[in-house]
Amino acid sequence: MPVAEIGNGVVRVLRRVGAGTIDMIARLGYAARFFGAVAWNTPAAFRRIHLTLREIYFSGVLSLVIILVSGLFVGMVLALQGYDVLNRYGADDSLGVLVALSLVRELGPVVAGLLFASRAGSAITAEIGLMKTTEQLSAMEMMAVDPLARVVAPRFWGGVISMPLLAALFSTMGVYGAYLVGVRLIGIDPGAFWGNMQAAVDVRTDVVNGIIKSVVFGTAVSLIAVFEGYVAKPTAEGVSSATTRTVVESSLAILALDFILTVFMFRGVA
Amino acid sequence: MNRSTIDLWVGIFVTLGFGAILFLALKVGNLTNVGSTPGYRIEAPFDNIGGLKLRAPVKAAGVAVGRVEKIRLDPKTFQAVVTMKIDNGYEFTADTIASILTSGLLGEVYIGLDTGGDTKTLAEGGRITKTQSAVVLEKLIGQFLFDRAADGSGK
Repeated sequence: MPVAEIGNGVVRVLRRVGAGTIDMIARLGYAARFFGAVAWNTPAAFRRIHLTLREIYFSGVLSLVIILVSGLFVGMVLALQGYDVLNRYGADDSLGVLVALSLVRELGPVVAGLLFASRAGSAITAEIGLMKTTEQLSAMEMMAVDPLARVVAPRFWGGVISMPLLAALFSTMGVYGAYLVGVRLIGIDPGAFWGNMQAAVDVRTDVVNGIIKSVVFGTAVSLIAVFEGYVAKPTAEGVSSATTRTVVESSLAILALDFILTVFMFRGVA
Repeated sequence: MNRSTIDLWVGIFVTLGFGAILFLALKVGNLTNVGSTPGYRIEAPFDNIGGLKLRAPVKAAGVAVGRVEKIRLDPKTFQAVVTMKIDNGYEFTADTIASILTSGLLGEVYIGLDTGGDTKTLAEGGRITKTQSAVVLEKLIGQFLFDRAADGSGK
């Protein structure tokens, strides 16, 4: 192969890498500006509070069933598996601690966030994307109604408000599920179950940090969902790929943010 | 879906959500144990604190009366100085003995307070002088082996 051809190939690859990087940075910058625009339009959106309430209904209330049922089952499975291991070391009484700490610190916010991204985030993207495809957003602009204030901001805030509540409900159902399996089914002493749990779970470091995590995840998922919907290509294919991207990006964002938050929150905590 | 139905459902959802947060704080996390309980601080120097950790309980006669708030090394005496926060309402005499104990073989490490007969009591910033260090298992085993060897050579 002549040297010039290899050189051309290398240049082509480098050019593609460069274009991809520039695209990514441009998209990130656009997302940041979009976030600023949503925040700017928030007061206008809150003046019609029923729009936001409606979105809390769609992303929060309608996600209740899947969150509650998943929480219950995650708690029950944690109790069964945890008991299996703890029993080998004669530490059955610590089952409540194991379940409560895993749920409140990690599983509650993370699993609820993942479920929320696939249940509500994808719906938000599809809805906004379809509104764009059918030119409803342009029609609003023609009528001097800002779609950011009327469509995007309520959906964003609906998600931000719903997410911590859903995560708390998930953790609560999980603890209840662990109680059902651990105390009622296996027969651990209820006093030890609750007592050890209360002694080990600290409200400031565990419960509050869990809530902070769920707020951060809620913000990230909602922002990704409205952004992907808003910039979707106005075609059937564009909406479908935007919906997929929302779920993938939200899930990765939740896991990455979770790692970063955990490093800051729980490093050095005994 | 009309507006009052949505309002009702959102109301139920938000109430449930805050109920769950309250449940996590009170029933799972026991808010009464949070650091905001009023109390006073006392210090105690130990030669070795073993596996004592921050927030470990301080117990008198097995009853939790406070928590370990700070552990630092005194650069002059090379002793570990443990600051404990004792809940208001509990008073200990100035000659109280503080010892580092373990509940069970693998259980949590805590500080046990044995009160003495002094009439003066410890107040904010007070210092316990009589302390008993943690028992380090390796040293104990070493001591035991050393004693056995000494016995054997004596025979």
